[in-house]
Amino acid sequence: MKETPLSNCEKRFLLKAIEERKRLDGRECYDYRNLRISFGSDYGCCIVELGKTRILGQVSCELVTPKPNRATEGILFFNLELSPMASPAFEPGRQPELLVKLNRLLERCLRNSKCIDTESLCVVAGEKVWQIRVDLHVLNHNGNLIDAASIAAIVALCHFRRPDVSVQGEEVTLYTPEERDPVPLSIHHMPICVSFAFFQQGTFLLVDPSEQEERVMDGLLVIAMNKHREICTIQSSGGIMLLKDQVLRCSKITGVKVAEITALIQKALENDQKVRKEGGKCGFAESVPNQRITAFKIEQAPVDTKDVQEQAEEIIAKAFPPSEVMATPVLWTSGTAQIGEGLENSWGDFEGSEREEEEDEIAQDEPITVEDQNLETGDASVRTRNQKDETIVLSDSEEEDVVILEPEVTNKNRTETSPKQDTISKKTGGKKKKKRATK
Amino acid sequence: MRKRYGEARGWIGAMETEQKKCDSGDLPSLRRIVCEQGLLSRPDGSASWMQGDTSVLAGVYGPSEVKVSKEIYDKATLEVMLRPKVGLPGVYERSREQMIKKTCEAVVLGTLHPRSSITIVLQVITDAGSLLASCLNAACMGLMDAGLPMGSLFCGVTCALDADGNFTLDPTAKQEKEAQTVLTFAIDSIEKKVLMSSMKGTCSVEQLQQCVAASQRAADTIFQFYRDSACRKYSKW
Repeated sequence: MKETPLSNCEKRFLLKAIEERKRLDGRECYDYRNLRISFGSDYGCCIVELGKTRILGQVSCELVTPKPNRATEGILFFNLELSPMASPAFEPGRQPELLVKLNRLLERCLRNSKCIDTESLCVVAGEKVWQIRVDLHVLNHNGNLIDAASIAAIVALCHFRRPDVSVQGEEVTLYTPEERDPVPLSIHHMPICVSFAFFQQGTFLLVDPSEQEERVMDGLLVIAMNKHREICTIQSSGGIMLLKDQVLRCSKITGVKVAEITALIQKALENDQKVRKEGGKCGFAESVPNQRITAFKIEQAPVDTKDVQEQAEEIIAKAFPPSEVMATPVLWTSGTAQIGEGLENSWGDFEGSEREEEEDEIAQDEPITVEDQNLETGDASVRTRNQKDETIVLSDSEEEDVVILEPEVTNKNRTETSPKQDTISKKTGGKKKKKRATK
Repeated sequence: MRKRYGEARGWIGAMETEQKKCDSGDLPSLRRIVCEQGLLSRPDGSASWMQGDTSVLAGVYGPSEVKVSKEIYDKATLEVMLRPKVGLPGVYERSREQMIKKTCEAVVLGTLHPRSSITIVLQVITDAGSLLASCLNAACMGLMDAGLPMGSLFCGVTCALDADGNFTLDPTAKQEKEAQTVLTFAIDSIEKKVLMSSMKGTCSVEQLQQCVAASQRAADTIFQFYRDSACRKYSKW
């Protein structure tokens, strides 16, 4: 499905509003949308909501052999998916430019900034390291995917626990969560992206653009920073010229926003940790707002299944008795066996070959299992042509090529045509006729 | 050979709350159900279905423009996409997609919207057992939220049979693993007929019929939940 285009008057309205320093959702120019983080019952699973933009993050791990040039480092892998759920314009199985851009930016922000200690993921140098995989699914696209994705990725990584391992000599032991508590990843710092949209060749600036604002913007500046005000990545796109002052001002704003977001993330993580420690209820079901009329919940519901057995017996009693099932396969002739029920198989019925000649027109649908069908059909059609030229006329299809290839050989080989062979030839001939009819 | 798709794709630290048998006379029970509709702004209909710890999010687009290659002249083209949490969709997801698609086709009145497309996107959020049943339920709630015409509603119920022939309704992942047979049925709301069935393992005809009967009972609870949640949703109108 195509994206609904933004009409010219909508575009003009948006730009006019931005000129008057107003935004469609009532925010100020430097305001971030509301950020909500909820955790799943699994470790390393979170949903980040930035306004109406929603991203699901899940971290998983696996023991793999490291890359030969980095024998002592674990592997970090990011996979951002633009699910068709997020927007009708996202099609499955296609890699739009946006996706490549987002994935690249995310890798630069999180992997190249070395926020995760990859050396601590090494188990046996050169043999076994942890591969940490971060899957991010965009559930709803309402602008500023990169900020939401970077937050979801770092939150999921902070929340994740990997199984504990121990090495004794050559032996690597992996402990289940019951045996030993899983261990968290060692995270040095938390880089977070903040996006700035520029309008009118950089005259106007908006923080955290919404989807509609993204469609009318001239350029985008993304700055990734951690709470120590260290810039991890900076990227400008859209081809606008920015002044030095503008970039400096943006980095100052980023510093403030990152500090706020980091505090929020830390609080959310602490809350979840506390709930888990106390053995309370965790998971997405807990974060569904109860007062909303679109949400509904029922507690564990018992189902009365007392007379289920009687009902089942009644149904079986009423039903027709099941027909006899042949438990063992019946061997008709070597290479031809039958299991279960079905039409009566007349294969290998040597006396009945005369009768079959008349029947084969009707019994076209019977499955034929011939080992080397190509060869058989080839010489079969030759012989049938010799015998009953008037019934079978070969068309100029590819079957004829097979016939021409080795007529002498096959004829010599099979001078004495057994009745079984004959049956096959008739049947395949019939099948071919049918094929031609359907063409 | 893959064992379960979750395991093959790496370790996800799982915490699962045990399904307790209900106190009242050891009856089999359904886990807690939580559902929120209309939570996504972009799709025409959306629903997040949680059944115990299992959680599935559904987004429904439609009826909308259809690709010419997929167009059917006398009815709507229905598409179902099931997206796993980790990795890309594989054979497991494709087979589930087909089952859900056939079930939806049986109830959605596609002839009312010829030459259009209805797309259901299902995202697995947590798999803690009875995943196919949860997907079916999420799909139905999503279709309801999108306001698409349906001949009846449908729901999914999973039964697990252990080696002694006792059945559990709505099993957790652990129970599914230990079970000899896992059966999933899609049941319609009017006649409580089976729309789709899926079975892993073996069981006798009696056991199958018992599971069907038990699923039909459980379906009553789920349909009552649908009804109550719809009543609540439209209570302020």
